[in-house]
Amino acid sequence: MEFQRMVDGSVSMKDSAKSEISSERTLYPYVTGTSVIGLKYKDGVILASDTAGSYGSTLRYKCVERIKQVGDHTLIGASGEISDFQEIMRYLDELILYDKMWDDGNSLGPKEVHNYLNRIMYNRRNKFNPLWNSLVLGGVKKGQKYLGTVNMIGTHYEDDHLATGFGNHLARPILRSEWREDLTFEEAVKLIEKCLLVLLYRDRSSINKFQIAKITDEGTTIYPPYALKTFWGFSHFQNPSKGAAGTW
Amino acid sequence: MDLDLSAPHSMGTTIIGVTYNGGVVLGADSRTSTGMYVANRASDKITELTDNVYVCRSGSAADTQVISDYVRYFLHQHTIQLGQPATVKVAANLVRLLSYQNKNMLQAGVIVGGWDKYEGGQIYSVPLGGTILRQPFSIGGSGSSYLYGFFDQAWKEDMTHEEAEQLVVKAASLAMARDGASGGVVRTVTINAEGVTRKFYGGDTLPLWHEELEPTNSLLDLLSSSVPEPMST
Repeated sequence: MEFQRMVDGSVSMKDSAKSEISSERTLYPYVTGTSVIGLKYKDGVILASDTAGSYGSTLRYKCVERIKQVGDHTLIGASGEISDFQEIMRYLDELILYDKMWDDGNSLGPKEVHNYLNRIMYNRRNKFNPLWNSLVLGGVKKGQKYLGTVNMIGTHYEDDHLATGFGNHLARPILRSEWREDLTFEEAVKLIEKCLLVLLYRDRSSINKFQIAKITDEGTTIYPPYALKTFWGFSHFQNPSKGAAGTW
Repeated sequence: MDLDLSAPHSMGTTIIGVTYNGGVVLGADSRTSTGMYVANRASDKITELTDNVYVCRSGSAADTQVISDYVRYFLHQHTIQLGQPATVKVAANLVRLLSYQNKNMLQAGVIVGGWDKYEGGQIYSVPLGGTILRQPFSIGGSGSSYLYGFFDQAWKEDMTHEEAEQLVVKAASLAMARDGASGGVVRTVTINAEGVTRKFYGGDTLPLWHEELEPTNSLLDLLSSSVPEPMST
């Protein structure tokens, strides 16, 4: 089984290996979502992503909600194969339902949901049949903010700011430099939008339609999709071939 | 390329589903190919699942036929147990389950469309892999590549039935003009509160596009007509 690592860290099978596939072995993704960004701020956690579902290089679906609520205390953002994310949501909705049915005053927080997902992802990886996703989980429970990630090979960790896919390369350097513990909601949104704009300029599979979601002790809000203004006014952009014909 | 008659039958296809104010219109071409050979030039790719839900099939002919057969079987029992017509959402999700759980083995991209009394006309896209997405309109199959730009420009909300039907026929015929794997006739199925209507648009009922000529019976007719046909470049 021959693998190659894609530039965004995801792993796919080498073409020669695909033809010897038998059932119940590694798949390849069809409809995929690109980066998700998450960061902690003063009152809670914010997640952001675009609403694109790519089919190879075609931007086929432009209305895919990749950030969803899980119970009262958690938000989940997914990149990777959308059908696997839809399946994960079914598992999580079932988990939350059973939790609610206990009616014991207790409710699953982001740490518990993250752990549950980690088990699922790692076990599927061991069977060579992964759920082809990179997930970001954010939440607040009893004033404690939480932000973690888990991916298709079972790698998981927590941090003050996270991203998947291209976001790791483009957004996290910005976040490392400008993130602070006491960001207000407005400052956090501006910081996220700075990252989203870079991803829009430089990630081929991103579109100008974003969703931001926040979670605090008070509750969850997933804002409706919106677009950002882009800047093309650099003087150099006007006539880049002027001094050097044939340049790009 | 030699005729490879043992190649799997695939429906390089154009399939379309659009909602309008009152229901849905599903459309498809009619070409089924085995490698380079056209195995069936008048196939019916819009298949019934229940009285009120139909599915447009693209990808492997065998895979989509068997998925349709299973889903029709399940829906039949479901309708008996439920005591009323199945909803479009249930039908689409049954297709999704088969597609998702067997994703390694299947090559099936479908569009499920229908009408029920709860949500009216609905279109659900179930592409390769088993994602499910509800959309106001959907396109699929190899011919759909040529239609993304067309629909971005031509689609509008709340069309009448006539507008929707014309849009589907125009789109299918444009895709068939450029996609070698699509061709033949255009079939449409309209589903609304009143029921189901099938239409067939063959040969000369379809519009002609760039560099396509009016069909004639024979060159001899052209030569014998009083005004000789001017040559065109």
